[in-house]
Amino acid sequence: MSQTIVIAEIAKGAIHPTTAELVTAANALGSAPIVIVPCTDSTIADTAASIQGISKVIALKSDIFATYDASSWATAIDTIAPSGTIIASANPQSKDLAARLAARRNIPVVQDVVAIEGGNLVSPIYSGKAMQTVSLGGDAVVSVRANIFTASAQGASADVSVVDATGDVATAVEEFLARASTRLDVAEANIIISGGRGMGSPDNFSHLEKIADTIGAAVGASRAAVDTWEPISHSMQVGQTGKTVNPNLYIAVGISGAIQHLAGMRSSKYIVAINKDADAPIFQHADYGIVATWEETLPVLQASLSAMMN
Amino acid sequence: MANIAVLVKQVPDTNARIVISDDRVDLSAVKMVMSPYDEFAVETALQHRAASGGEVTAITVGGASADKVLKDAKAIGVDHIVRIDCDSYLDSNSLQSMISSVISEIGADVVYCGKAAADTGAGSTGPGVAERLGWASVSNIISATFSDTISVVAPVQGGNARISVVLPAVISCDKGNIKVRKPNVKGIMQAKKAQVDVKSANPSSSSISIISHSLPPSKPAGKTYEGGAAAAEVAQLLRDEANVI
Ligand SMILES: Cc1cc2nc3c(=O)[nH]c(=O)nc-3n(C[C@H](O)[C@H](O)[C@H](O)COP(=O)(O)OP(=O)(O)OC[C@H]3O[C@@H](n4cnc5c(N)ncnc54)[C@H](O)[C@@H]3O)c2cc1C
Ligand SMILES: Nc1ncnc2c1ncn2[C@@H]1O[C@H](COP(=O)(O)O)[C@@H](O)[C@H]1O
Repeated sequence: MSQTIVIAEIAKGAIHPTTAELVTAANALGSAPIVIVPCTDSTIADTAASIQGISKVIALKSDIFATYDASSWATAIDTIAPSGTIIASANPQSKDLAARLAARRNIPVVQDVVAIEGGNLVSPIYSGKAMQTVSLGGDAVVSVRANIFTASAQGASADVSVVDATGDVATAVEEFLARASTRLDVAEANIIISGGRGMGSPDNFSHLEKIADTIGAAVGASRAAVDTWEPISHSMQVGQTGKTVNPNLYIAVGISGAIQHLAGMRSSKYIVAINKDADAPIFQHADYGIVATWEETLPVLQASLSAMMN
Repeated sequence: MANIAVLVKQVPDTNARIVISDDRVDLSAVKMVMSPYDEFAVETALQHRAASGGEVTAITVGGASADKVLKDAKAIGVDHIVRIDCDSYLDSNSLQSMISSVISEIGADVVYCGKAAADTGAGSTGPGVAERLGWASVSNIISATFSDTISVVAPVQGGNARISVVLPAVISCDKGNIKVRKPNVKGIMQAKKAQVDVKSANPSSSSISIISHSLPPSKPAGKTYEGGAAAAEVAQLLRDEANVI
């Protein structure tokens, strides 16, 4: 089996726990990976060194890693990574980087892997309506979905080396735009509570926000809600033309469960559906379904969850 | 004046049921449409043309039946339509090589494409083509404005950012605030008459092989309750059975 290389996932200036899941995936592909940590401050790499099952850590230090720029990141990582199979996380930014790296090395890229079976890679196609299993005949770049592989345990102490990188940034950020709200983004949340057209008006989303605040969830929406109501922003949309999410818990309120909505959330670990129509398709995908209006359900849910959190 | 290219792919209608026969997805009975994000790419390309002048070429890679997606793009207003003739399975490597060489051939300075195709869901083509051409790229933009320069809004860690793009570049489009135009009668008539420029291609051999397609594992039936009061029990189960609260 060839060398594997894991690109550490960085969030808010630290190694994200997903990195230990990527190591598990690398181990399943056959070898103890080199973990590359793209960073501006190499001390953050030390936490990667404690992940079991790795061979070493390279802290790749450069100012270019302050904000994402596809071409300079790919160039710098390509320079330091030996040949082999590269594994990254399947979030939008890392998928972009994975595609760049693969093109640079003239090797194929396989995105959104959810299982590794005997060296073969399984990923969803047609928005999760089917699964594809492929075998690799050589090196590739592979992105792996979060929350699926068990994280490799802590407790190791691998060698860390620091390498300085330089590069020319090709795209310039003019300004960071403040988020319309300070709420958690659906793409980053472990729990999501989403509302659809059945919420009746955008004002009623305040009931979802209250529950979200109680349990640390993000608020999402169906396309019908986003397209009908101005205050419900596209950044909240889950589905085919919105975000693909993979939380531990997804609560769908007043959402019928159209195939394009399912495309974005069907791989959630647990799904709760609240809908007044017992025949709504969402119930076929729910672990817990409540046939009732949200008006009578959400106050009870809110009270129960609040009691639990205290 | 800009020489603008837009990549459009034909995919199953997102409402279509996907069936498997002999370990492979069987699309023989499925209605094919333009991949949803590519509609936003076409719209953005047309807005770019309106601001800068120039021409838009829509490019697809596919068999003869994929001409329809080009005609759809023509009906909305692109100037030229090109099909790279290839009907077989392509890995990212061979697909991007073919697209890159045609982009170079037509001399485009900017390429728009979808954030991800509805069939692969990959989002690899835009950044991959950019890397092959040695161009800049911005992915998943939610809006674009055109004046002397191109300025796009795209997600970054912790929110969105306004990013200025220096051409040549590849830009992949999310839905965002982009509203797509519908074809008018004149456009539909022109599209009927339009000639597809068909280019032959030799796919390189792939180092990836498809072992099988399968349906996703079906979920065991869940528990269903009547009436809002059940939310109290569901909340308990979320904590004690599912361990997610
Ligand atoms: C190319 C394409 C892409 C698309 N992309 C997306 C996408 O990304 N995301 C997406 O979500 N959709 C998408 N759609 C749209 C999708 O087909 C559906 O139209 C949409 O998901 C419906 O949203 P909804 O469930 O909120 O509304 P509806 O289908 O109208 O459902 C509303 C539900 O609310 C229930 N309800 C009503 N009142 C109450 C009440 N008081 N209490 C409880 N329940 C109540 C009703 O029983 C009903 O089931 C796409 C469509 C196309 C063609
Ligand atoms: N066969 C193809 N023909 C034309 N454009 C394509 C093709 N495959 C992918 N693309 C473009 O690249 C985008 C992303 O595709 P993918 O990388 O497969 O997710 C699509 O939305 C299209 O704009």
